Amino acid sequence: MSAGSNMATGASVKTTCAYCGVGCGIEMRKLGDGGFEATGDPSHPANFGRICVKGAALGETLALDRRLLFPRIHGQRATWNQAINYVADGLKATLEKYGPGAIAFYLSGQMLTEDYYVANKFAKGFLGTPHVDTNSRLCMASSVAGHRRAFGSDTVPNSYEDLDSADLIILVGSNAAWCHPVLFQRMQAARDTRGAKLVNIDTRRTATSDGADLHLNIRPGMDSVLFSWLFREIGARAAMDAIYVAEHTSGLNEALSRARIVAPDMETVAIRTGLSPQEINAFVDLFIARDRTVTCYSQGVNQSAQGTDKVNAIINCHLATGRIGKSGSGPLSLTGQPNAMGGREVGGLANMLAAHMGYGESDVDRVSRFWNAPNIARREGLKAVQMFEAIERGEIRALWVMHTNPAVTLPRADEMRDALRKLDLFIVSEAMEETDTTRCQPHVLLPAAAWGEKNGTVTNSERRISRQRAFMEAPGEAKPDWMHMTLVAQRMGFAEEFTYESPAAIFREHAALSAFENGGARDFDIGALAWLDEGEYEALEPVQWPCPEQGEPQARLFAQGGFFTGDRRGRFVAIEPPDLAQTPTSEFPLVLNTGRVRDHWHTMMRTGLSTRLARHVEEPQLSMHPFDAAAAGLGEGDYARIESAHGAATLRVAFDEGLGRSSVFAPIHWNDATGGLARVDALAAPCTDPFSGQPELKATPVRVQRIAMRCEGFLLSRQRTEMPSWLAHARVTIPGGEAVIFASTREAMSLHALLVNHLGEAGERAELSDPASGDFRFVAFDGKRLEGALFVQPKRDAPALDWLIDSFGKAELSVGERKAILAGRAPAGLAGLGPLVCSCFAVRETAIADAAREGAEDVEAIGARLKAGTNCGSCRPEIRQILNKLAPARQAELAA
Amino acid sequence: MRRILVIGNGMASVRFVEELLRAAPGRFDVTVVGAETSPGYNRVLLSALLAGDVKQDDILLRGRDWYEANGVRLLTGDPVISIDCELKVATLASDETIEFDHCVFATGSNPIKLPLPGIDLPGVRAFRDLSDVDAMEVCASKGEKVAVIGGGLLGIEAAYGLARRGADVTLVHVMDRLMERQLDAPSAALLRRAMARKGVKVLLEKSTQAILGDDHVCGLSFTDESSLDLSQVICAVGIRPNAALAKTAGLDVNRGIVVDDAMRASIDGFFAIGECAEHRGVAYGLVEPAYAQARTLALHLAGAAAPFEGMVLATNLKVSGVPVFSAGEFLEPEGADIVVMQDRANSIYRKCVIANGLLIGCILVGDTDDALWYLDLIRAKTDISLARRMLVHGRAFAEPLLTPPLADRAA
Repeated sequence: MSAGSNMATGASVKTTCAYCGVGCGIEMRKLGDGGFEATGDPSHPANFGRICVKGAALGETLALDRRLLFPRIHGQRATWNQAINYVADGLKATLEKYGPGAIAFYLSGQMLTEDYYVANKFAKGFLGTPHVDTNSRLCMASSVAGHRRAFGSDTVPNSYEDLDSADLIILVGSNAAWCHPVLFQRMQAARDTRGAKLVNIDTRRTATSDGADLHLNIRPGMDSVLFSWLFREIGARAAMDAIYVAEHTSGLNEALSRARIVAPDMETVAIRTGLSPQEINAFVDLFIARDRTVTCYSQGVNQSAQGTDKVNAIINCHLATGRIGKSGSGPLSLTGQPNAMGGREVGGLANMLAAHMGYGESDVDRVSRFWNAPNIARREGLKAVQMFEAIERGEIRALWVMHTNPAVTLPRADEMRDALRKLDLFIVSEAMEETDTTRCQPHVLLPAAAWGEKNGTVTNSERRISRQRAFMEAPGEAKPDWMHMTLVAQRMGFAEEFTYESPAAIFREHAALSAFENGGARDFDIGALAWLDEGEYEALEPVQWPCPEQGEPQARLFAQGGFFTGDRRGRFVAIEPPDLAQTPTSEFPLVLNTGRVRDHWHTMMRTGLSTRLARHVEEPQLSMHPFDAAAAGLGEGDYARIESAHGAATLRVAFDEGLGRSSVFAPIHWNDATGGLARVDALAAPCTDPFSGQPELKATPVRVQRIAMRCEGFLLSRQRTEMPSWLAHARVTIPGGEAVIFASTREAMSLHALLVNHLGEAGERAELSDPASGDFRFVAFDGKRLEGALFVQPKRDAPALDWLIDSFGKAELSVGERKAILAGRAPAGLAGLGPLVCSCFAVRETAIADAAREGAEDVEAIGARLKAGTNCGSCRPEIRQILNKLAPARQAELAA
Repeated sequence: MRRILVIGNGMASVRFVEELLRAAPGRFDVTVVGAETSPGYNRVLLSALLAGDVKQDDILLRGRDWYEANGVRLLTGDPVISIDCELKVATLASDETIEFDHCVFATGSNPIKLPLPGIDLPGVRAFRDLSDVDAMEVCASKGEKVAVIGGGLLGIEAAYGLARRGADVTLVHVMDRLMERQLDAPSAALLRRAMARKGVKVLLEKSTQAILGDDHVCGLSFTDESSLDLSQVICAVGIRPNAALAKTAGLDVNRGIVVDDAMRASIDGFFAIGECAEHRGVAYGLVEPAYAQARTLALHLAGAAAPFEGMVLATNLKVSGVPVFSAGEFLEPEGADIVVMQDRANSIYRKCVIANGLLIGCILVGDTDDALWYLDLIRAKTDISLARRMLVHGRAFAEPLLTPPLADRAA
């Protein structure tokens, strides 16, 4: 089933990508087969036509197979009318019995600004609860808090174009090569064309490090020690912009004296950061020598119990040098979600009220008057982690979750699932039928329109508001989120305040609120957009805020001061000496870092639908330094149980020499809908930053224990196959169906017997049994087509998986191919294809190695020959690695 | 010139003469005596002849002109009836006597005759020679109801051939599966299904109690008190070495004529090859060891040593569209690994029996292209450890793995 669209073949719609905070403009073009193809929008200032592999694969993620199409009450299909009544009655009952503080909204950086605005207004203004928070709390709340401490407002002072003019780009806690590939390519261009230097500060060497001039493998949590040292050295080496500091800032001395405590001497700094004095000096020298400096930071900074201090340690250095809001100079937070920024703007965080206004008396009064909402919430609400703890304690009785998957992503996710079952009223607005959160038995499930089906705006990391435009009709009875809440609000008697009939109307109100009694007092002012009519809104070009009714949009702020503090001065912040919230112990001696892989995003509800994105990293892996692995008795490819005080996962071990010692890494994406025993956020502790409330998701003490798997294997099927929850597995979307990769401590024969049943009554069967080797294979054909397969073997047979997936996608197999299916090898001794490297052009490692042997010497030559790496470029570091690996052999050949 | 008398003109005999002519041209004066009127023919192809896949001329091994051209005296339709081992003289049915220096028994085997009431009734016959084929063709072409007793290789081929020619055939077998001496249960079941598709009804675990009829066979009765109406019976329940003449002559005979690794019988100057011989306690019933023995003996007489040391048996069923191959230890001996592959829709079955890094047996049904390759692995005792995981998938997949990659070999 695919979505309906009235567009003509060849016609296209400009919209904004569904994924990260770069906010690339894309064009969705209707194809002859009814599908869509995504290409970069050359006119969009975020990307100028470039897109990454995830964006390029958007057209593959539009199938409706797994969509939630109708409202459900207690799991049963219901009408919208019934569902709205149920929600309205439930909320009323909760209000009457427990008061507004027993209601909470948990929102998402993937909601559009208009959805966010209605949610925020409804909850805070009319239900009167302040407990409105969002998954952005897990993403960039520390940046928000850091901005507010330093600037008096949540303002990103700079723009992407500053990357083009910077002489020094510093990445802190960011694997931009994989997570923000389009911006990373822009940084690489600055390196290549202008000789800009790139410094990467991370606890592990990543693909980003391969494109950096200096990689600093810092110990977890110690970024602020390094930046405090830099701050001191800026002062000591007279690199400060004394005039800027004097005219536009305050708090220098206190912050500097605190920096002396945090970073007392080089020796201490070296020990705490794990860096050598040479490395530290090289970094300081670069910073002091190069005036035009952009520091980009991401989740490595934010997802930390000291995240806000890290942000301020960085901003302190920029304020001290006056490198802020200038061309080529400034701090630049890179957000992870398409509309985390939009959520911040409407006030979708518990410590904000609305439109960058907080809970000060005058702000509350102003918003209350604007909304005509006398019962408005008057104090800050609970932030995500605390909100769910309040649910656990039974204080919050009603929860509405929109467009996010807290059953996967929250710290202590296992216990959070239990907490959700205690709610009197649990509402989920969701596009997908099967997520870990929809499996937690919500009382009401409301089908939401998804990306591509709804209209609104998003704001990217550089404050640029762009339109997301629909190019398909919403399937079934799905509706946009703003409509869910508008209907409930109307049913609850707030019809006059919730009259919205289009996203444009909501946007106008949002823009009007930003300008309401503003007069330059608040950074967020988009008053110029408050009068857009439907046509103008539809045609809205990407625009940066602030864009007040009088004056032009601003690309940069604060170069001439003008901060949004009481005295309009920027604040130096005296930070605390950092320590991890929980330090390793003898029981939990390793530190677990978490993050993304290149081709997946969040809990894979969208990227998991694409066959192209599925093959770069097929399963969640636990990356370990070989020394740490050896100490735990683990070899590469072994399985390990990784365990914290809160949860456990079972993952395959991959060696990564780029990791610091005692530091391990696992991806965040996999969950019970896309795998088994693979949810790493279940391990995370609920330790939060004191200012931002953001949990420390990247430094959890864990222990690792080898699991002696008795068999490994894979299953291919046309339909989704239920898998036992105790089985370590990962689902991979493949052409024509799905593959499940698994490993088990059970006997191969019994596991095979069990899983064969899961394949159901397959057609013509063929089998192989080799009990002595523990090798059992089953395949089913329908005529000349492969219908299903189950291989249970002592060890995973990767070439067999490749070959079977390849065969599974064919409409017809030749006799020779069919004979080769059980063998798990293509006939005529075709070599294994190797892992997928370039997702854009489906180029595999073997092809790259072959081209290298035939004389392609560098990444450019590989690109010229195979096209690999010539689109989004995110695989270029990997291509370089393959070439480097082969280089000694090539040289030996040449010598011989 | 030394005189050699070859008794019998079957496949072992002809191959022996060929090998001798090649190994020792002009050194022997050879006389071949055959009991059948036709010069030696390829008995293995009798089933193909019956099935109509070949013509009678096609199965003739050598024409009379060939014997003539090579100076070999051929006497047919005139069996040897006695031998004087001391005088080294053989007497033929026609009373002719032949003196010799060496005597080679290549008398083959006789079909086993079931000790059943009615076994001698008209319409009951074996499947052994051209005359049997002629008779079977006649009854098949009339669409008669025929039972073949014996579900071994020969019985299956007879049943298939009869069905091909139009007979209404029932194959009666006393065991629980066909070809139980070459196949395991799953492969035998596949074969049974394939036979059913060819129009042959198969009755298993049927023990014949009596062959019914007064002046001509008209049915079978079984020990389970069931019965079958029919007008022809083919008995194909096995063969026995044809060693009566040798025994009478005074040679040592157990099941067959006892020979050593050079094919020498118990009396100097006497030899035996093929189905009539018993080597190291084994009387082979297949052509391949017979050929090997023929070669051994020819070389021995030519003065070269090429001892026959026994042979792993391999069986090929020649029923078109149902290729079946079995070799070596095909069941599941203690301590052996069994790897089985089965593709039901394509009626393909493969089983490899592996012990100590060696392939010691295999069964192939449905696809026997690699049969000889497997047989070589078994006979040559090739170490298959490196190719083990691909072995069952056939030569294309496994052969490249048999030898370690170059890099490993250098190390």
